[in-house]
Amino acid sequence: MRIATAKESYAADEGLFKTDTQRVWFGLLIAGLLVYPLGASNYWMFLAVLVMINIISTTGLNVLTGYTGQVSLGHAAFMAVGAYTVAFFDGRFGTPVLLNLVLAGTVAAGIGYLVGLPSLRIKGLYLAIATLAAAVILGFIFLNWTPVTGGLRGLNVPTARILGIEMATPDRLYWLVMPICVVMVLAAKNLFRTRVGRAFIAIRDRDISAEIIGISLLRYKLMSFAISSFYAGVAGGLWAYLFRVVTPESFPALASIFFLAAVIVGGAGTIIGGIFGAIFMTMVPEYLKLVATALVPWFPDASIYLAPVRNIIFGALIVGFLIFEPMGLAEVWRRVRRFFALWPFRT
Amino acid sequence: MAVSPSHSAAPVRPPAAALDVDGLSLQFGGVKALDGVSLNVAAGSITALIGPNGAGKTSAFNAISGFYKPKTGTVKLDGEDITHVPARERAKLGLARTFQNIALFRGMTVLDNIKLGRHAHLNTNVFDAFLYWGRAKREEMELRAEIERDVIDFLELDHIRNVPVAILPYGLQKKVELARALAMRPRILMLDEPVAGMNREETEDMARAILDVREEWGISVLLVEHDMGMVMDISDHVCVLNFGRRIAAGTPAEVRANPDVIKAYLGSSGDPHKAAVEEVA
Repeated sequence: MRIATAKESYAADEGLFKTDTQRVWFGLLIAGLLVYPLGASNYWMFLAVLVMINIISTTGLNVLTGYTGQVSLGHAAFMAVGAYTVAFFDGRFGTPVLLNLVLAGTVAAGIGYLVGLPSLRIKGLYLAIATLAAAVILGFIFLNWTPVTGGLRGLNVPTARILGIEMATPDRLYWLVMPICVVMVLAAKNLFRTRVGRAFIAIRDRDISAEIIGISLLRYKLMSFAISSFYAGVAGGLWAYLFRVVTPESFPALASIFFLAAVIVGGAGTIIGGIFGAIFMTMVPEYLKLVATALVPWFPDASIYLAPVRNIIFGALIVGFLIFEPMGLAEVWRRVRRFFALWPFRT
Repeated sequence: MAVSPSHSAAPVRPPAAALDVDGLSLQFGGVKALDGVSLNVAAGSITALIGPNGAGKTSAFNAISGFYKPKTGTVKLDGEDITHVPARERAKLGLARTFQNIALFRGMTVLDNIKLGRHAHLNTNVFDAFLYWGRAKREEMELRAEIERDVIDFLELDHIRNVPVAILPYGLQKKVELARALAMRPRILMLDEPVAGMNREETEDMARAILDVREEWGISVLLVEHDMGMVMDISDHVCVLNFGRRIAAGTPAEVRANPDVIKAYLGSSGDPHKAAVEEVA
């Protein structure tokens, strides 16, 4: 049973963390992130970095789709813009890593702003198709603007280097990606404590009322597209430092679906949902791969047969979520918290 | 929740505004929704707009609040012509409205819905918002204190402030919509059927709230309503529309005695009582 949580000021009631329990858990999470590298193998470090990159990108899409209600099928293309920006600036001019990442986010945000323009006239499925079209156009540019993008062969990305420290491997890169991920997720959380975030939700829930209370749909829809693309751009930039090569094949249209699925499975319109969704979508295929490997002693051909089965199980899991938990993993999390908040009086 | 120390500070209340609508015409294809409608809301008064179904009441509301562009006619707020001002700019000028079919943000709590009413008066930009530090935080805290004091306390919504609006009963949702409109610090409040579909108790509660708003905030109210008992009880002035035209205007007693109004509502030129009896039979 949670007790003694009465607030004495509005500041306490509107705080990021409302109870000491939440503060302790957040402290434990940060501590966990700090000690994780001590016990993790290179493979697990790689996965951790990949998961965190996907969390940044999913959070970005969540701002646009989950909170503002504008469905985008072009999210991976904005990641690609970020990745190419990093590859171009670092490869061509050797600019500092953090500057490259800011540039990656800014360039992606600028393009996202343009891609968002149709959202002023069209909604829902039509907008989704328009963003898909934008992604195809961007793909065409990546393939054919050879002097900048390297065409079909793409670009090699130099090793990330901060203060003379080379970050060639995931266990070094972790220390770049983890703080950025934490900061960007907290920033997104803050956004929805202010008028800007509330305006996004208002547009999602009832755009006509949003207009009547003085919210400019033009301004806020485009702002949402820009913020979402900024997150995608930074994620794409980090992705480039992790994989060290960017080609037109790096971010296929299917990757956009991946992020949309992450938003929905995690819980659209909640920050924690974006985190859960990204972890789920990244880790479940890996976990199924581990299961297949573990079965090899009994079924020598397991990995061959289980490769397609893995995709089927993965797809079935997503469909299962849509049917049985449409509010996503965030809703499961909320129920768990509620159980402990009321325990032992009501379970 | 403890009461904030700022509770004693004087609430910020904007002065009432007068609304002058002159010769408003609106056409949808061949249908004349409004035909030269004129309407005045005196500063600080409660004015009702009534009429049978399809008379053009909601069309008039939409034209006044800026959703429809009238073909001819002017809308003046305190003498200032706002006919061509976009809907969202009218919010800043002090025009607030509610909708016939509740138009709340269903996914948000009561508190967030009400806070959104103040959107146009706030300044936090996106960079401040990411940090939630200094300016953004200060503004949010002032907003919260003001809303608690001026709106939530006033309309007695404190027990539901953290409840998502989607799960509230209809009468309370209507009240939250009123609260959101009040948070806009309006100078004139337009209510589209504030008590439609409510039971007697909810109707009385809403009528009292509207009277309190006029009394305490001193703002003008323009309302569309079908509940004649309520309209006649609380209005200072009543304007009657039928088929897009104004057929009568005056005090509730004058309007009630007007033969054109009786005809419009009961559809007969004969004895209104007899006509009503015939309609029932």
